[in-house]
Amino acid sequence: MVCNVCGKNEATIHLTEILNNQMIEIHLCENCSVQKGSDFKSHFNVNQLLANLGEFGGGMKAAQAVRLICKGCSMTYEEFAKSGRLGCPDCYVSFEKQLLPLLKRIQRQPQHTGKIPKKTSDKIKKAFTIRELHEKLQKNIQAEAYEEAAQIRDQIRQVEEKIKKEKESSKELPKKSKS
Amino acid sequence: MADIINQFLRSSCEWLRGKGPESDIVLSSRIRLARNLAGYVFSERMKVADQARAIAEVKRAIEESVLFKKSYFFNYRDFQEVDRQFFLERHLISKEHASERGEKALVVSENEVVSIMVLEEDHLRSQVFQSGLNLVEAWRLMNKIDTELEDNLSYAFHPRLGYLTACPTNVGTGLRASCMLHLAALVMTKQVNKIVQALMKLNVTARGFLGEGTEASGNLFQFSNQQTLGQREEEIVDGLERVVRQVIDHEKEARNYLLEKKQMQLEDQVMRAVGTLKSARLMNTQESLGLLSLLRLGIDLGFVKGLDQTGLNALFLHIHPAHLQKLMSSSLNSGERDQKRAELLRDRLKDINVS
Ligand SMILES: [Zn+2]
Ligand SMILES: [Zn+2]
Repeated sequence: MVCNVCGKNEATIHLTEILNNQMIEIHLCENCSVQKGSDFKSHFNVNQLLANLGEFGGGMKAAQAVRLICKGCSMTYEEFAKSGRLGCPDCYVSFEKQLLPLLKRIQRQPQHTGKIPKKTSDKIKKAFTIRELHEKLQKNIQAEAYEEAAQIRDQIRQVEEKIKKEKESSKELPKKSKS
Repeated sequence: MADIINQFLRSSCEWLRGKGPESDIVLSSRIRLARNLAGYVFSERMKVADQARAIAEVKRAIEESVLFKKSYFFNYRDFQEVDRQFFLERHLISKEHASERGEKALVVSENEVVSIMVLEEDHLRSQVFQSGLNLVEAWRLMNKIDTELEDNLSYAFHPRLGYLTACPTNVGTGLRASCMLHLAALVMTKQVNKIVQALMKLNVTARGFLGEGTEASGNLFQFSNQQTLGQREEEIVDGLERVVRQVIDHEKEARNYLLEKKQMQLEDQVMRAVGTLKSARLMNTQESLGLLSLLRLGIDLGFVKGLDQTGLNALFLHIHPAHLQKLMSSSLNSGERDQKRAELLRDRLKDINVS
């Protein structure tokens, strides 16, 4: 079997990766496997390899038509499609449209849940709480645990009310200062 | 520097301690978190001045930390090639971190449970090891460390996408949980590929050298979560642990099958491996890993006496090129290493009786 990366050498290393519920077999020669760091000691980058194999997906074609550049680090989308690595945190915003389908494909859902930094603003923290409560609500409804579901609905209402109040009070402030 | 490395050399690393739940099959559990500092571009695009500034920022946070009281902070500038190889062999750094140039740093706790690669693909790649199947404890500690470091560091975070990472495969939680399993019986009974396929739908990556190369990697397989975004850390950890438990059950079944139906063939294979290890004059790393895997199975199943898990694990580490050279306190070429490795193996296995 010929190596998937260089297409020249005989592949001696055969990896199985699962990406988006699909099993992908990757065959590498000794040389390319060293370059890709493809043993258990290091993190094997599927994206990069797929990019090398020219299978990076729909986002790439779209980006080739328009030259997208990140304002934060001046990386182009093309560069990302080649390397599979973004240049800076702003790239996620600059390439948002292109990244979303990719994230949908390779991740569980394009919406973070779980730990958030302590320093996160109160507003974002509350938004996270509401979203997590909604997920919990769905699960309880599916499990037909209606009493728990009702309690969660109450919790959601409480948090939403808090946000509403805060919004109103922050709107009132500038008015007062004007008068 | 040399003193510290000698200290490491004399101790066992956490992932090879051979203790903890299911440690006859699960060598180790690991939690890795990817974090990036706000206000910088990702490592790959950083200018030297920024690299130095980011490293200094992390160093300050480590110095302020209570959890890192007993730890070392290394600048890569002070490393020689063989030192980097040494830490790579101990799994404290990745191949990528070991190979690329530029300003980099490494934090290691004295007991080697925690390490932080500074300026890897992401600014911080922190990992916590636990011997055996112990992902929950590894995550508990990792979470505590991450929260403490945050007192002095600001992470790049997006309200919808979570912690931002250089590669979109790590974004969100930035969490990669993994377990390293010794699946000698599943390989022998040719079931490993089937198991890997069965894991397809479970958000799990199975990594290892499948096919012909299997013996070369010592029948070690690493299982880890594929996805990092859209699921809570605890759910990711729990999901992987469930999968690993299933794999353990299959390996146990395969071992029982071999013991019941193929005991003579199994014993034959193990003892041949021991014989080779005890008599060879030249031995490369790959061949020794394959033979040590059979020896490990022999110890687990009680065929082999005269060496315990701890001794075996130390040997497993010491046969690697950088460790071998540190043990011999000299730099050796590949041919010399094969000879010294064979000597080391003969010496360490001298109490094993093959008759
Ligand atoms: Zn190749
Ligand atoms: Zn950017």
